This record gives sequence, C-alpha cells and structure tokens, in this order.
Amino acid sequence: MTMKKMSKTTKSNMITYLMVIVIFLVVEILVFTGNVSSLLQGLLVPLCAYIILAVSLNLTVGILGELSLGHAGFMCVGAFTSAFFSKCTVDTITASGLRYFLALLIGAAAAGICGILIGIPVLRLKGDYLAIVTLAFGEIIKNIVNILFIGRDSNGFHFSTKDSLSLGLEDGGKVIVNGPQGITGTPKDSTFFIGVVLILVTLFIVLNLIHSRSGRAIMAIRDNRIAAESVGINITKYKLMAFSISASLAGVAGVIYAHNLATLTAQPKNFGYNMSIMILVFVVLGGIGNMRGSIIAAIILTLLPELLRSLSDYRMLIYAVVLIVMMLFNWSPKAIEWRGKYSSKFRRKNKKSTKEAA
Amino acid sequence: MALLEVNNLGISFGGLRAVNEFHLKIEKGRLYGLIGPNGAGKTTVFNLLTGVYKPNEGVILLDGNNIVGRKTIDINKEGIARTFQNIRLFKDLTVLENVKVGLHNHYKYSTLEGIFRLPKYFKVEKAMDEKAMELLAVFDLDKEADTLAANLPYGKQRKLEITRALATEPKLLLLDEPAAGMNPNETKELMETIRFVRDEFHMTILLIEHDMKLVSGICEELTVLNFGEVLSEGNTSDVLNDPEVIKAYLGE
Amino acid sequence: MSFISYLVNGISLGSVYAIIALGYTMVYGIAKMLNFAHGDVIMAGAYVVMVAISGAGLPPLAAVLVAVVFCTILGVVIESVAYRPLLNAASSLAVLITAIGVSYLLQNIALLIFGANTKSFSSVVPVPALVLAGGRLTIAGETIVTIFSCIVIMIGLSLFIKKSKAGQAMLAVSEDKGAAQLMGINVNGTIALTFAIGSALAAIAGVLLCSAYPSLNPYTGAMPGIKAFVAAVFGGIGSIPGALIGGILLGIIEIFGKAYISSQMADAIVFGVLIIVLIVKPTGILGKNIQEKV
Repeated sequence: MTMKKMSKTTKSNMITYLMVIVIFLVVEILVFTGNVSSLLQGLLVPLCAYIILAVSLNLTVGILGELSLGHAGFMCVGAFTSAFFSKCTVDTITASGLRYFLALLIGAAAAGICGILIGIPVLRLKGDYLAIVTLAFGEIIKNIVNILFIGRDSNGFHFSTKDSLSLGLEDGGKVIVNGPQGITGTPKDSTFFIGVVLILVTLFIVLNLIHSRSGRAIMAIRDNRIAAESVGINITKYKLMAFSISASLAGVAGVIYAHNLATLTAQPKNFGYNMSIMILVFVVLGGIGNMRGSIIAAIILTLLPELLRSLSDYRMLIYAVVLIVMMLFNWSPKAIEWRGKYSSKFRRKNKKSTKEAA
Repeated sequence: MALLEVNNLGISFGGLRAVNEFHLKIEKGRLYGLIGPNGAGKTTVFNLLTGVYKPNEGVILLDGNNIVGRKTIDINKEGIARTFQNIRLFKDLTVLENVKVGLHNHYKYSTLEGIFRLPKYFKVEKAMDEKAMELLAVFDLDKEADTLAANLPYGKQRKLEITRALATEPKLLLLDEPAAGMNPNETKELMETIRFVRDEFHMTILLIEHDMKLVSGICEELTVLNFGEVLSEGNTSDVLNDPEVIKAYLGE
Repeated sequence: MSFISYLVNGISLGSVYAIIALGYTMVYGIAKMLNFAHGDVIMAGAYVVMVAISGAGLPPLAAVLVAVVFCTILGVVIESVAYRPLLNAASSLAVLITAIGVSYLLQNIALLIFGANTKSFSSVVPVPALVLAGGRLTIAGETIVTIFSCIVIMIGLSLFIKKSKAGQAMLAVSEDKGAAQLMGINVNGTIALTFAIGSALAAIAGVLLCSAYPSLNPYTGAMPGIKAFVAAVFGGIGSIPGALIGGILLGIIEIFGKAYISSQMADAIVFGVLIIVLIVKPTGILGKNIQEKV
C-alpha cells in the first residue's frame, strides 16, 4: 500500500517536470518556425521568473499556511544584489556561465537572509502578521533601493543616499547603483533555456521538500500548530525553514529578471505590492498547495492579456474577481457542502450509467 | 520511584484559581483516571503537565526530573504524549503521514538529505513507513493508511490520535476524554484498545473521562477533581464509593 | 517653532490614522480578520464627496453625510457578500486573501470610473486657520477639525460600547462568539454593525485626509489604510484607546521622520516601527495577551 502511494506522488511529480519540459520544447519549436511574435518572445524570460515566484509563494501559502505580500520585495533583493555583483565582475569573471551561477547564489542567499531576518520576529506570532510585515518589507526595500547610490573607483566602493555626485568618485570611477535610475548595463545572461532549467530546479527543491520529513513537519504545523507542538515538532524552526527557502527562491526569480533587462529599476509595477498580488492570483487560481496549478495559472494569466489586448484595461479587475470568486468557491463551508453534494450525485449517476452499460 | 509525581501544583487565570494544591502519583504501568464534574480543571491539569500552561507553583517530576517550565516540545521529548478533547489531527495529511509526524524525533535525516534524495532519505523513510504501518496495524487503521485524516470516521480519528501520540515513544500517555462522542459499542472497543496499549506497550496511561462505565471498567486508580482541588484519590472502587465523590457528582 | 508645527501636523495626521485604525481594530476584535479593503473604503468615501460636491452641487456637510451613508452600505455589503461566507472557513487565509481581492476590486472599479489621474480635492472644512505666536505658528483649519473630530469619535464610540446594548453585544462577540450566540446575541448582525461603524468612520477619515492633503486617486486609501493597521498593531490590536495612541504616535513619527530624517524614507520608517513593535512587544502598547484555548 505504501509503495503504491510513494509511486503515486512520484508519478505526479514526474508529470509536473514533464509538463515543463514539453512546454519548453513546444515553445522552442514555435520560435524556431517563426510562429512567436517578438513581443511574446520578450515575455518568455519574465514568465520563467513569474513561475518560480508563483511556486515559491505557493510554498509559503499552500504548504506553510502563511501569507506573504512581500514576495516582490524578496525578488527585488535578489535582483539588485545579483545585478550589482554581475556588473562589478563583468570584467573580472569573463566566463558568463560561472558569473551567472555565482549571481544566482548571491541573489538567493541575500533574499533568504532577508527572509530569515523577517521570519524570526514575525513567525513566532499567531495571526496575520506575516502578511502585513512582508508587505511593509517590500515597501521598505523599494524605498531603500531608490535612494541608494553606489559607485566604485580605484579607492574602492563609495556609498551615498543623496545623489551620484556626492559619491565623490575620482575620474574614471563608475556609478554602479544610481538611485531611482537603478542599475544600467547588467549583462543580459538570462535566457529562456536557463529560465526553464531554474524552474525545474525550483520544482525539484520544493516538491522534494514537501515529500520529506521536514515537509511533513511544516504541513503538520499548518494543519494544527498545537498538535504539532505536542508531538515534539519545533514550530519556529520549520516555519523559518519554509519561509526562508521560499524567500530565496523568490530571490532566484529576481536574478533571472534582472539579467534580462538593460536597466534595472525598482518601481511599484515590477517590485511593488501589485506584483506580489499578481503572484498571489497565480497561486490562488492554480490551487493553493498545487505547484503544477501555479505554473499553469502563471502561464495563462501572463500570456492571455498579451493575446487579448482589448482586455488589458480590465486585467487588474479580472484579477480581483478571480481572487474573490476562487476563494469563495473553494473555501466557503457552504460552497464546499454544495460541491460535495453535486459531485456525489454526479458520481452516483456515473456509476449507474456504467452499471447499465455493463 | 513513581513515573509521575506531582506536588502542590497550582495556576490562576486572572482572579480565578483554576487548579489548587493538586497532587498526583502514578506508578509505572498503571492505568490511572482523572475524573470530576465539568469545569473542575481536568484539562487544565493536562495543559500544565504538557507545558501548554506554566503553573504558578508546584513541581512535576517525570522519572524524577522536574519538567515545570519546560516547553511543550521538550516535554514531549522527555516522554509525555497526549490526545485532545476536541480531536486535533493533521487533517490534510494522510493517516500514514500523521503517524510519521509522530515519529519525527526518532527517525532523522537532514532537510538537505531529503531535498537531494540521498541514500539516507530512502533508508529512513522506509524504516518510518514500516514502523508507522506496524503501529497502524495495532489499531486496525492500516487499511486506511492513504486516507486523508479528515475523511476518517469519528471513532477512527480518536484512534489515530492515540496512534500518533504513541509514535513519539512516550513514557506516559495522556488521553483527554477518549470516549467523547462515541456510542456504547465504540466505547467498549476503545476500552479494549486502551487496555491493549497498556499491556502491549507497557505504557503508563492517565486519562480524563466522563463515562463512568469506562472509568470503572479500566482504571485501576482514580483522582477526583472538584473546583480545581483533589476531592478524593485511591483505588477505583474505593473512590467511587466515597460519599464526598457521590455528593459532588449528584449534587445536593 | 517649526518643531511645534511639525508636532501639530503629526497629531493631525495621527488623528486620521486613529480614526481609520478604529475600523481595523473593531473588525479584528470581532471577526478576527484583517479587513484589507478598509483603506479602499476611505478612497470610495472621498470620491463620493467629490462627486456630490462638484457633480451634484451639494453643500459640503450634506456631501459628507452622503459619503458616510454610502460607505456604511458598502461596508455591510462587502461583509455579507465576501466575508461572511468565509467566517467559518477551515483556513484563516481564505478570508484574508478575499479581503485583498475586495481591496483590489474597489481600486480597479475606481480606476475604470475616474481614471488613474490624480484629481484635486477641494477641502470641505469651513474653519479658518488659527494663527498663533504672532504669525510664527499657523494651524490650518483642517488640522483643528481633524483633531476635534478624532476626539469626538473616540468619546462617542467608547460611550456607545460601554452604555448601549449593541455595544455590549460587540464586546461579548469579541470575547467568545459561541457563548454570545448561546446568550441570544445575533452574532452576524453584530459583525455587520461593526463593519457599518468602521466603514462610516472610514468615510469621515477619507474626507479629513483628502481635505488635509487635497488630492485623490484610486490608490489614495491603500497606503494610509496599511499605515493605520500598523497604528492599530502599535497601540494593541482590538483596543480602542490603543488605536488612538498608536495612530497619534505613528502620525508624529511619520511627520518627524519626513522632516528630520528623509522625506523619501518616511514610509520605510513607519514600517520599521511595525517590525520593531512586533519584536519588542507583539501585543502592542495596550494589547492583552490572549491565551489560545486547548
């Protein structure tokens, strides 16, 4: 019995990996045969970042059972730290693969550390504090990035929170982070292929975590904190683990995003609250706790508005309605009861008809 | 030495004295009952024993170690496991997974070994599965191993909670109204299960119960709690014949 | 003199936060939910006032009344359509996410009707500015009215909860929903009433906010809403005097931060306060420590 179940989850995971690979191949073929507009091609790398964000947020929402409204903030941290690193080392580390790999590690680590710093005070509290604190964190990060100026000359790094002139750089010194103008000239190392590989890596980490001893502990806390404590589960440790892994994966998404742009700036639309909400819509539409669903929802909701341009004015409105309707339909006790009745009726009918057929 | 020895235990909530000068002594391997009218403070005693509440005064000696002030998870590691009056299962996990969470502190591999599926992951998971199935078989739950805990019938949910508690390999098992909401048949079956657990696992069990039939049927010793204080204690038959106890239960 | 002027401005902004925070804190106390859409009700109220004055030509006071009625109805509708079905949902995340959806919905409806451009909002406050210390300190009429309204609302609300039957019912529901129901209290009705009061207050807060900072766009309510929640947490969520203290302190911190540290970092400073409060005293200044029942 248990062996059968093991293979069931393994099978389900395999389907998810396979789905990603098949979609990748189909897109590559379509691009190769010239069936994808350049506009859509430009969306492919950001889409990979969104998918990773959605899966990582689903780890927090679906598995840990907490809400983060600052995933765009963690993405922002990953984006800026990694872009800073890549821009600084673009002349010294010439192997772009190695540089990108290091950038990934740095982006993930920086975002993960932010996750731990936020998680330590907040995750020990009961209630909806994580939502509001992560929201606050996202805004703080955006604020900080917009007043940060960093330059480098032969004397080393210079910092300022005023403007680029007050960095006091020598001749030949370079401004790396330029306040609201952000970082210009990050090497464009992200490709669709790398994005898809990183989606697979993300899935590997998240799915394997869920189906392990630590994952069970995390889900036990989600289902019943008091009972989990009573069987000796360390609540803070596992909550913090899930949340920091989720944050560092959001950082990875930021790395992909940053290395696809000529100029990286922190604006409300890419690293603000709206972005966090968009990712939440992916997670809710795809099914809370369902990683494959998050991927599909991210793909549909990213591509659909581009394909149906006339809808773009209503895009946000549609997101709002999707959120409300999905939550009411999936979680309201009455709706659950109604669906239960309906589906059992349906099943009974089905059984009857198969019996009749036999 | 007694397995559990509690002396002068007390706690107040605001101005209310919920438990006062409570004492208890349970020898290893005994089946002990804690009874009393509603609101007498029975569940509060459980919460004190498991570290959910911190007592204002008193000592709780488990195998001679004072566990007062320890956190719930550490007390579980010391060897006290419990069930809850209002069942608390991990409802979106399967029956098997519920028990495996109980095994958490006895079957270990690191998170990284889990994520990268190193050999230890497979070895330990296999051992966990075997141990969990063995426990489930004892409670006749092995056929439902893959069912979500939330979808189990009520009586089996109670059993699963006991299984999960036993998975933590406790020295002392606390059962909070295990027969609540059960019909007479289920209660009878539960009595046998509890006795079986004591005999098979050499377990020491302290249970809270309202059902007098269950109490008089399986408990060897009783403590009666009334208004947060010990009203009577001793052998089951003596206690149940104590006029004070009868008065407290029937009222005047 | 500038210090005193900043202080007065801080108290004024803080009074607005306090009025908004009341709505959060009451709803949190009773329904145990974070009503994310509360800030957007403020925005809705301000738009109603704007339309009523410039569109329908109503006098300011009548326009404010219309906005209060509108927001009260809006609050009750939101509660009954979006939140009530989820009141007993298995996961507390469900209602939180729905509230975010409602917030987003209100913003985007406003966006479709009024456009994204910021509209100028003409102050509805007829009180003249107060000039003190020989002209060195000017206190705007809006400031006076805001602080005064805040005091009146606090006193009124405290009396309502202490003296009236409905207020006592609110206390009972926030203590223990099940027990309140058994005592014959209409729990759903009490929750609806709480939303109604909170939303009516939000309308007033919207008018005061937009009179003091005369601009209005679909996102006007979001940030003050979130900051007011910070204020509620700061003062101790669930506590009415806590909302007042938290609101005023946060207003002062924000204005001082803007004046003496960095105007761009003012928001970051306010949110920094939230994180510090949660580390040092998670229950807030006046909050009670509630033990979960096992």
